[in-house]
Amino acid sequence: MLTPLHYLVLSALVFCLGLYAVLTRRNGVAILMGIELMLNAANINLVAFNKYGAPGAMQGQIFALIVITLAACEAAVGLSLILAAYRSLETIYVDEINLMKW
Amino acid sequence: MTGEVIAFYALAAVLLLSGVVVVASPNIVHSAVALIPAFLGVTGIYILLNAEFLAGVQVLIYAGAITVLILFVIMLTEGGTGLRLRQRNEQGPIGVVVAVLMAALLITGVMHTAWSRAAGALPAYTPGAIGQSFLGPNLLVFEGTSIVLLVSLVGAIIIARKEE
Repeated sequence: MLTPLHYLVLSALVFCLGLYAVLTRRNGVAILMGIELMLNAANINLVAFNKYGAPGAMQGQIFALIVITLAACEAAVGLSLILAAYRSLETIYVDEINLMKW
Repeated sequence: MTGEVIAFYALAAVLLLSGVVVVASPNIVHSAVALIPAFLGVTGIYILLNAEFLAGVQVLIYAGAITVLILFVIMLTEGGTGLRLRQRNEQGPIGVVVAVLMAALLITGVMHTAWSRAAGALPAYTPGAIGQSFLGPNLLVFEGTSIVLLVSLVGAIIIARKEE
């Protein structure tokens, strides 16, 4: 018998994997991949709460769809920023992009 | 163990193993390709949670579009697979500590909360219910998201194009 607990623990683990990637990766694209994992973990939570907490309302799934849309926007803008940074600075390694660091 | 539980653990194993490859692989192309099984594992979780429409959208947008976009950007920037370059910064130990502490905090918090379960069931045909909701009570959210999508895609094109 599956409980909300199963899904919440799974999503906590996926979230922390994404957090680790964001904290330790140097490559901007890899940081974006970590962010995508974190967004997916949040979506699992939303859909699990929809099923177990309020099955009559569809708000959890609606919200997960909106998060997916905004994640697509975020990926498009983030990747184009990485391309623009690569054109002007010749690197996508975020610790080498330190022009504004004092 | 019912079939549902077995399916959940199989999908969780796929998701977590490919997530570890995404996070830890020194080859950036392997990381990007390992995103596909991770997203498909999430798709299976959605199907277990009776969210069929969301599962379809997940396959189309995440496993299809976003992964291809990421692979394109990897190929357009320097280094290719990135095997010759150092992929992690000096914060490895701190990152491990922060991630493990965060996981412990979240999991103990989840374990010590009494989750109330509401009675009732999801609608038999969730895509229909989602469509009715988007064009009814959630119309403003739908329109707002559409505008954000349009603006961000126009912005992405402007940022990424070559300057004359």
